[in-house]
Amino acid sequence: MKRAKKWPFFVVAGLILVAGYFVFFGLRLPNGDLTKTYIKGAGDIRWGIDIRGGVDATFVPSDGYDATDYEMSSAESVIKNRLVTLGITDYEVYTDYGSDRIIVRFPWKVGETDFNPEQAVKELGDTAMLTFREGSAVDAQGNPTGKIVLEGKDLETAQAAVIADQLTGKEQYVVQFSLHEEGAKKFAEATQNNIGKVISIWMDNTLLSAPTVETAITEGSGYIEGNFTREEALALAQKINGGALPFQLSTENYSTISPTLGLGAKDVMVTAGLIAFVLVSLFMILYYRLPGLVAVFALVGQVVFMVGSVTRVLPNTASFTLTLPGIAGIILGIGMGVDANIISAERIREEIRSGKTIDGAVSLGFQRAFSAILDGNVTNVIVAAILMGAFGPPDSIFAKIFNTLFFFFGASTAGAIYSFGYTLLMGVVANMIMGVWASRIMLTAVSQFKVCRKPWLYGGERG
Amino acid sequence: MKIDFIGNRKYYFIFSLALVVLCVVSLAVFGAELDIQFKGGSIVTYNHTGPVELAQVQAAVEEITGQRVNVQSGSDAVTGQESFTVSLAGAQGIGPEVQMEIAAKLQELFPDSGVESVSISNVDATIGREFFQKSMVAMTFAALMIIVYIGIRFRKIGGWSAGVMGVVALLHDVMVAFTVFILFRIPINDNFIAVVLTILGCSINDTIVIYDRIRENKRLASNSKASLAEIVNLSINQSLGRSVNTTLTIVLSMVVVAAMGFAYQIDTIITFAFPLVVGMISGCYSSLCLSGPLWVMWEERKANRGAAR
Repeated sequence: MKRAKKWPFFVVAGLILVAGYFVFFGLRLPNGDLTKTYIKGAGDIRWGIDIRGGVDATFVPSDGYDATDYEMSSAESVIKNRLVTLGITDYEVYTDYGSDRIIVRFPWKVGETDFNPEQAVKELGDTAMLTFREGSAVDAQGNPTGKIVLEGKDLETAQAAVIADQLTGKEQYVVQFSLHEEGAKKFAEATQNNIGKVISIWMDNTLLSAPTVETAITEGSGYIEGNFTREEALALAQKINGGALPFQLSTENYSTISPTLGLGAKDVMVTAGLIAFVLVSLFMILYYRLPGLVAVFALVGQVVFMVGSVTRVLPNTASFTLTLPGIAGIILGIGMGVDANIISAERIREEIRSGKTIDGAVSLGFQRAFSAILDGNVTNVIVAAILMGAFGPPDSIFAKIFNTLFFFFGASTAGAIYSFGYTLLMGVVANMIMGVWASRIMLTAVSQFKVCRKPWLYGGERG
Repeated sequence: MKIDFIGNRKYYFIFSLALVVLCVVSLAVFGAELDIQFKGGSIVTYNHTGPVELAQVQAAVEEITGQRVNVQSGSDAVTGQESFTVSLAGAQGIGPEVQMEIAAKLQELFPDSGVESVSISNVDATIGREFFQKSMVAMTFAALMIIVYIGIRFRKIGGWSAGVMGVVALLHDVMVAFTVFILFRIPINDNFIAVVLTILGCSINDTIVIYDRIRENKRLASNSKASLAEIVNLSINQSLGRSVNTTLTIVLSMVVVAAMGFAYQIDTIITFAFPLVVGMISGCYSSLCLSGPLWVMWEERKANRGAAR
């Protein structure tokens, strides 16, 4: 039999180490005044809200309202608008058209100390229907009944401002607005017809102000008074700018977690991962000797692959959201990842003890172990795919595959397990590459070195 | 060294039966508790720096929500931060407005204690129930897929009777994981689903490796007079190193996670890693000590009945 070459060991091991360096530390080079990211490092991982804190809320139309798909998607865009006006850009919004649910996840704002998550959830779900009505009449429930002359969508922009009363000089906060062309026309008409009468301004069922029209307003702009504080004026302007929801939303589910709680948990898990890695590596080397040492290189490759599949490496891709169960999946991958190496090493040991040469034992060992390794991975793929399908966001690929199975149920609200399914799946892929292919190349090559030609190193008897 | 797995099977069967009894008894005594994720409800944890009177908290929250409320004090193992947890007994979640009202009331009661909500979990009963059903469908479907896979794999390596024994071993492992959740009063949550499926995947894999070995040895021994019991025993012993070591590395990594979770009191981690550790050990045990020996017993019975006729 032709002797194998030695150099592939250095190539594969070297590639793993180099890839490992970049996957963990990334590659950033100065580009003019900016630093440009060429490869994303572990620092670019997008952490789930169970780690960095944040809000997870599910909204449904109130009172069993059956929303059309169009209404749902416009509600989704309104919510996205509001998130942006709240200063939250790093959000996830999923709309499930089957069960009329909108799932919103957003992290704690960086540097925010007195962020009020309940307030934020409440504001997201507000209808924010701004109406200008003739008169200020209400029905028995306090709902305004006057004829609507203007709606929030007629407004082009709104902003908070301070005006001083011309007579008293007293300053007050107001919301200035300007109207679209059509809105300006409507408003001019309405004010013309109502001179000397009241036009009331409402946010949902709350009366903001009820000014008496003095002259027709034709220039398409104006302001809303309402004894606002600065914050109230700002919030109202933001709500108007965010647009109105086509229907009222109620919060079915919501959970929030503070960042202090989760960040501690992440550090604990990363430490646990390091300890687990060291223990498994020690076990492999002590028990399986040379194949064990090769397994440690493969294990580094396994971890690098899994971390890389979370960061997605390239700068223009979105990092996968890693949650605590997701990290647990990576650590589980460290434990499971050596399975392929264990199966092959056991086989090699057997072949050596039955009197085969080292070259023969290594090649036969990997050959005979393959079907068992494949088996183990098939069952894990089944499990991972189902976890991702059942617990993933509605637009994920596995959710679509299993759509027929889960069609009866609404979209899931548990993003944490989805992350576990993903890392479990990536662990399987990594295992096939590192535990089988890379390990075989490395062990075959390294077994050509003179110092590596003692059967003892492969589990044979000393002698 | 060779262990007589077939000879000792009586002890394994007795041990596993004892586990079944333990499961049934603990289920009868404690009952299975569903997490609010599945049954709906509300749990809020507040941090505080100054003194807080828990009885007052309970009274205030009960007044606002009109529901029975349970208040428990605790502290964060990492920061030493004092906290208390308010859980609503009712399965109806409460909206953000009520939550804000409670926060304002607590602020009013203990203005200098720095009361601050750190985690809120609020689940509507309908969504919870639906999520539970979906999880059950996912679990059943995964089990079916695995059984189909077993069917395909075992058609060659031992026939349907071997497949049935493999499934018995799987049921055993699921039961053990379930018992851990009940005995340690861990509410059944989405972690349970992930744990059970992971155990299913690994345990069946162990069993298949052993049966593969049985098939290989049967072919090798087709001319000799070795009995089925001897072949199975040899195969289990040959697979022993791999089964034990694979389980060992997985258990090793998860024990570290469970220990860290325990040291820092991170519930979501403990309730994931600890049942997984126990289930993995059970999976290894059932593959080695149950599925093979059970199958031998089955085949011997069949042979005896055939001989008697």
